[in-house]
Amino acid sequence: MAKVQVTVNGQTREGDVEPRTLLVHFIRDTLGLTGTHVGCDTSSCGACTVLLDGKAVKSCTVLAVQANGSEITTIEGLAQGGQLHPLQEGFWEKHGLQCGFCTPGMIMTAVDLLKHNPSPTEQEIRAGIEGVLCRCTGYQNIVAAIQYAAEKMAQQSGQMAGAGSR
Amino acid sequence: MAVTRMFGAAIKRREDPRLITGKGAYTDDVILPGMTHMYILRSPHGHALIKRLDTSRARQMPGVLAVLTAQDLEGKLAGMPCAWLIPNADLKLPPYPALAKNKVRYVGDGVAAVVAETAAQARDAAAAIEVEYEPLPAVVNQEKAIEPGAPQLHDEAPNNIAFTFKLNGGDYEAAAREADVVVKQRFVNQRLIPSAMEPRGAVAQWNPGTEELTLWVTSQNPHVERLLISLTLGIPETKIRVISRDVGGGFGSKIPYYMGEALAILASRELGRPVKWMESRSENFQATTHGRDHIQDVEMAAKRDGTITGIKVKAYANMGAYLSTAAPGVPTWLFTLMVTGPYDIKNMSAEVIGVFTNTTPTDAYRGAGRPEATYLLERMVDLVARELNMDPAEIRRKNFIPADKFPYTTAEGLLYDSGNYEGTLNKALQLVGYDQLRQQQKAQTGTKRLGIGLSTYVEVCGLAPSQAAGAMGFQGGLWESATVRVHPTGKVTVLTGSSPHGQGEETTFAQIVNSELGIPVEDIEVVHGDTAAIPFGMGTYGSRSTAVGGTALVFACRKVRDKAARIAAHLLEVSPDDIEFQDGKFTVKGAPDRGKTIQEVALSSYLAWSMPEGVTPGLEESHFHDPTNNTFPFGCHICVVEVDTETGEVKLQRYVAVDDVGTLINPMIVEGQIHGGLAQGIGQALFEHGVYDDNGQLLSGTLADYAVPRADMFPRFELGNQVTPSPSNPMGVKGVGETGTIASTPAVINAVVDALSSFGIKHIDMPATPERVWQAIQAASTGR
Repeated sequence: MAKVQVTVNGQTREGDVEPRTLLVHFIRDTLGLTGTHVGCDTSSCGACTVLLDGKAVKSCTVLAVQANGSEITTIEGLAQGGQLHPLQEGFWEKHGLQCGFCTPGMIMTAVDLLKHNPSPTEQEIRAGIEGVLCRCTGYQNIVAAIQYAAEKMAQQSGQMAGAGSR
Repeated sequence: MAVTRMFGAAIKRREDPRLITGKGAYTDDVILPGMTHMYILRSPHGHALIKRLDTSRARQMPGVLAVLTAQDLEGKLAGMPCAWLIPNADLKLPPYPALAKNKVRYVGDGVAAVVAETAAQARDAAAAIEVEYEPLPAVVNQEKAIEPGAPQLHDEAPNNIAFTFKLNGGDYEAAAREADVVVKQRFVNQRLIPSAMEPRGAVAQWNPGTEELTLWVTSQNPHVERLLISLTLGIPETKIRVISRDVGGGFGSKIPYYMGEALAILASRELGRPVKWMESRSENFQATTHGRDHIQDVEMAAKRDGTITGIKVKAYANMGAYLSTAAPGVPTWLFTLMVTGPYDIKNMSAEVIGVFTNTTPTDAYRGAGRPEATYLLERMVDLVARELNMDPAEIRRKNFIPADKFPYTTAEGLLYDSGNYEGTLNKALQLVGYDQLRQQQKAQTGTKRLGIGLSTYVEVCGLAPSQAAGAMGFQGGLWESATVRVHPTGKVTVLTGSSPHGQGEETTFAQIVNSELGIPVEDIEVVHGDTAAIPFGMGTYGSRSTAVGGTALVFACRKVRDKAARIAAHLLEVSPDDIEFQDGKFTVKGAPDRGKTIQEVALSSYLAWSMPEGVTPGLEESHFHDPTNNTFPFGCHICVVEVDTETGEVKLQRYVAVDDVGTLINPMIVEGQIHGGLAQGIGQALFEHGVYDDNGQLLSGTLADYAVPRADMFPRFELGNQVTPSPSNPMGVKGVGETGTIASTPAVINAVVDALSSFGIKHIDMPATPERVWQAIQAASTGR
């Protein structure tokens, strides 16, 4: 067994795992954070996407031991102070989910996308989320949800910039 | 203050807050104290005898608690049942054992189950089971399977024939004799793999004290699941609770009752501990039902003026190795009843041969039989139009059942409820700019060819009524139940037998109650997917939840309203006839200031200090609704593609869908359903294909090999809408879950073929991959 310590959603957590344990199973089974889902066994579906040191990764493609000492954000840690993240809000507003199974991975992927490209075009969004499969929505409302979040985040940062200059 | 009426409003979904914050409760999220884990060892061979099965080493592995083989199931688990016993079709029902006895018949057939302390230990131990197979020749293609000398799967089904089903209306042969043209074409409607993003799984918890079973399972119909568990495992229904709350998509693949949950239940009962079984995606590909897989020979008879007079279909349906729960009904009734579609075609003839092969069993997949019918019909209409040099829009317009002919009895014997087919055609043509596109097409030169494809469709939805189900051999009713419980505070719990898994009924059903009882949506909780709470339910499939389950809810609400009106009248000391109800308030006619809100009446009904004579306390009503007819949504889809004649690549440029699904309760949810269906239908037309090699190996067995479409494969869908209410239910709803998969495949292929018409290409089978398109172009260019 190997000891793994991570900071997940701002809290330090640790657990003993078999060396072969995938990060997604560590998150779900050891840490009890079941918002991150397992949808395949070939790193194809992206349902398990989390932020590892700020970067979106498929947590089935990382061994838990590789994440030792890292900072992880899962869907459970995205809302701050009871306030939904603009992406969560966008998915709700724009009907960006149906069964909801791919949603956590889709949202975490979009967090990374918007970090690198705050105002993506529709094509850039479609290309940016192509690593996460959704079987319900046909993606159209997911695109709209991400566009909604991009606009909202731009407004927020505009306000913050405005507040900072005062 | 008046309560806002939310019926018809695009309100946000009430299920979303938990799902966007990671607080959903899918089956794999159920973690119980003392929970163990099960792994199913499956056959790696398409067809083989089991010569030796030795589990002794596996039993010694760390953490192993139990190993089950076919022997251990004797007397405990009868085989997996088939529940659609189509009559007059010589249906064969060979045994479908939960674990193979001495022969495996497909890659994925269960061989043994291991239960251990952890999932990894169960898997490790399964690898230590020694199985000696003697491979047998396999057959995966349904036409080859019925040839003389083909490998035989079951002694009970000579020549691998599961059934031969026929449906005739009018006289096709006479129509063909009198026709000016008879066009013939063979179509392959390829095998698809449903691929709900949540694989299947179950957690079984047996309570040895009370001898009660609680089962969390990924099901579209938990009450049916409970019944089948009871029948196959001998546990009384009174001792079984099945919970399917958050389910990560189904698309038909979570209708059947599977060996996975049955084995988990058995193991939990033996061990006295909870047992979790979650399949991997690879296992899902092999062992969760597939869809479609038809080979169809079709003829269409027409007059020179474009009047279509008859259609004849002979189809070979691949049933896989065994008959899954609802499988026989899908390629028979659900297919043949729709072969004349939206057209006034008086003569039809259909014959379907169901065939066993060494492949995963097939069953319902979104649309289930109706996409297979719509595809062949809409392709044939285009072929006839081409033969007669007619525009595809014009031949459709000429043959539509006219709007003033409804209700209309089809050659197959269905009674279409309402329709205005030309209306949706016109809207779609306008939306896409049809005439302009045709002009553009005429002017084009070069290697990029524009293609325009139409599909005008009608589907049978709102699967019911029970009498029809019985006549078709379905071993169950097709009604739905609803209970409306108004609590003393005026809050409402709705119990529905519909079992949504992404369709949003927690929202739309609250909108129905809001509309009927004037209670705010936020005061209404919709409970589904729990047999302990809900009287009974037939579940969610066949676009039936709103038309059947929603209608049950309307009637339950009206019973509540009637009772509340009597109580209100009593409290207001007037006759019930003098009571009016609006916006959640009962008032005295002519004295609108004298009234009681439904919340006040609810409290009074529970206090019961003063009740009208003969009225019992409480405010709760149930209704079991069995419709008298189905519903028939329809519409027109138009696809525009650009085909690169040098590479064979099909670029989807535009997709227009004008659907008439009756009254809309929540337009946002309706649009979402259409988008999702389109993605799956376009996926079939261009990308997806479940492929076996001749030995029965599933070549498209992972998400890396099977092309579930990605976000960058689609254009922005352009939707239009028309509303023709259904007269079959008080809301006028029809159903929207399957329109996308039913309508879209022919629209796409018609567009691809249209783009290549100058090459003389008349047909390309799905999926129209670049390779297939390129080969068709090469063959046409070289005259082969």
